[in-house]
Amino acid sequence: MNNRATATVHGWLLLLPAMACLVIFTHWPAVASFIESFHSTPKARRPARFVGLDNYEQLLADPIFWKAMSNNLWFALGTIPASIALALLMAVWVNDKIVGRTWVRMAFFTPTILPMIAVANIWLFFFTPQYGLLEQIVGFFGGRSTNWLGSQDTALSAITIVAIWKEAGFFMIFYLAALQALPPSLGEAAAIEGASRWTYFRRIQFPLLMPTTLFVLINAVINAFRMIDHIFVMTRGGPDNATTLLLFYIYQVGFSFWDTAYAATLTCVLLALLALVAFVQYGFLERRTHYR
Amino acid sequence: MSAPAGQTVAAATRTDPYAPKGLSLTLESIGAILLALLWILPLAYAVWAAIHPAEFTTRFVLTAPLTLDNFTRAWAAAPFARYFLNTFVLVTMILAFQLVLGTLAAYALARQDFWGRDVAFALILAQLMIMPDALIVENYRTLAKVSLIDTIPAIALPYIASAFGIFLLRQTFKTVPKELDDAARVEGASPLQVLMKVYVPLAKPTYIAYGLVSVSYHWNNFLWPLLVTNSVESRPLTVGLQVFSSSDQGIDWAVICAATLMTSAPLLVGFLLFQRQFVQSFMRAGIK
Repeated sequence: MNNRATATVHGWLLLLPAMACLVIFTHWPAVASFIESFHSTPKARRPARFVGLDNYEQLLADPIFWKAMSNNLWFALGTIPASIALALLMAVWVNDKIVGRTWVRMAFFTPTILPMIAVANIWLFFFTPQYGLLEQIVGFFGGRSTNWLGSQDTALSAITIVAIWKEAGFFMIFYLAALQALPPSLGEAAAIEGASRWTYFRRIQFPLLMPTTLFVLINAVINAFRMIDHIFVMTRGGPDNATTLLLFYIYQVGFSFWDTAYAATLTCVLLALLALVAFVQYGFLERRTHYR
Repeated sequence: MSAPAGQTVAAATRTDPYAPKGLSLTLESIGAILLALLWILPLAYAVWAAIHPAEFTTRFVLTAPLTLDNFTRAWAAAPFARYFLNTFVLVTMILAFQLVLGTLAAYALARQDFWGRDVAFALILAQLMIMPDALIVENYRTLAKVSLIDTIPAIALPYIASAFGIFLLRQTFKTVPKELDDAARVEGASPLQVLMKVYVPLAKPTYIAYGLVSVSYHWNNFLWPLLVTNSVESRPLTVGLQVFSSSDQGIDWAVICAATLMTSAPLLVGFLLFQRQFVQSFMRAGIK
């Protein structure tokens, strides 16, 4: 065997354990979902059969699917800009030498460490009608009583707020790292030119943070399509599907209704959405790795 | 990440012309502290409810008596000892496999030049976007076929090959000077020995960073463990807590808060002790 062939065998042997797991639990399931989305759900007496685009037609006519899509869109629009803006603000604050900086930085980061499923219980209490914390505060200022999680108008917003709280501190870390990596000479030069603090941020710091913003943005988009732990505790998709997001609907269809073929069809939609994000990220990662 | 010593000293003596002073420092501090209080509120409330008798769950009186009763009741109400053990076994198992598989794959991708390497790398990176959460239906079916449902390995399997880990280690291995590798080979070390003696020790900070991220992620993971477990013997803490707090014993917020704190305590204590390393590891994980 020549050198090149030996290297290839060695390389693939090293990759084999990881690749096998990835193929079994990532690549194959993705392909299988695609194939299954063109079949019917197997029943005890009737095996799966090819049904063409039937599942996709069902999907287009399914009001809950559209509800889940629009909920997910609103959820993404609600969480992404807010958590990124807050993360940036937090990072700028804890990068400056403010009073109690270590403590503040820790407080911002705490939600990242806490299991969502555990803190969702506490948020559930905050939103509880009559005696919940939010009710008590609203009541103190003479506001009207609201069933935050039980009303169609407020449930999705409540879910969104919890997600923003969870995400902002996590994204802050990336901004903080980026801010600390900026050379201090930039600030000195800007100060000599007489730029105001705001101008310095807007014209120098913020543009230089763009790669970080892009990285955070992609993470935020992916998270917006997979953050569902708190929905299990707080609303279970209700009231009347007002908080059903795409992944939660897949769970419901697949594991409550056991309609696996339709769940596979929904999975394909989710994968297509993620592929779109992947497309953007690929170009980005490529550029990043070429940096070094 | 580590700057040369001279540079650090220079940075320390330098003054930031945009550092807030006087009134703006006060305003900025107040704003940051208010937001921090808001961010810590759920945890603070959980502590309040957990250490006071149930009648003070919704009444905030400073003179309320303290008690540990809620913790005892929560501990007795569900097999938390078992859940802790399950979670511990789970995160250890996942991390061990992730590190071994990741190290081998990263080494191949970083330092071996072979046919199909770029394709392999692209296939691995695909997992960064197609997260296992999206594939719950098919993965459940796969594990049901091999009769692994309701076991701890079933929770671990979809995660043990981690694209993020492989990517991170590949980046680190690429920074190891080629001369060290060559020197070890001249000494007669086999490729596997070179990996263990040269690359792994030099990548220690990356291993620690990745370990922290992985442990906290899988300690907190919920959806997949919820699906594949249905008995006390395999349930991790997160699922156990959910089963416990949605059971029909009426909502006892004090006990739920105590259980919540117990569940998060190991990570929280770990975070308080290693706060700096935790934050830095996330930073490192983010920028590499």
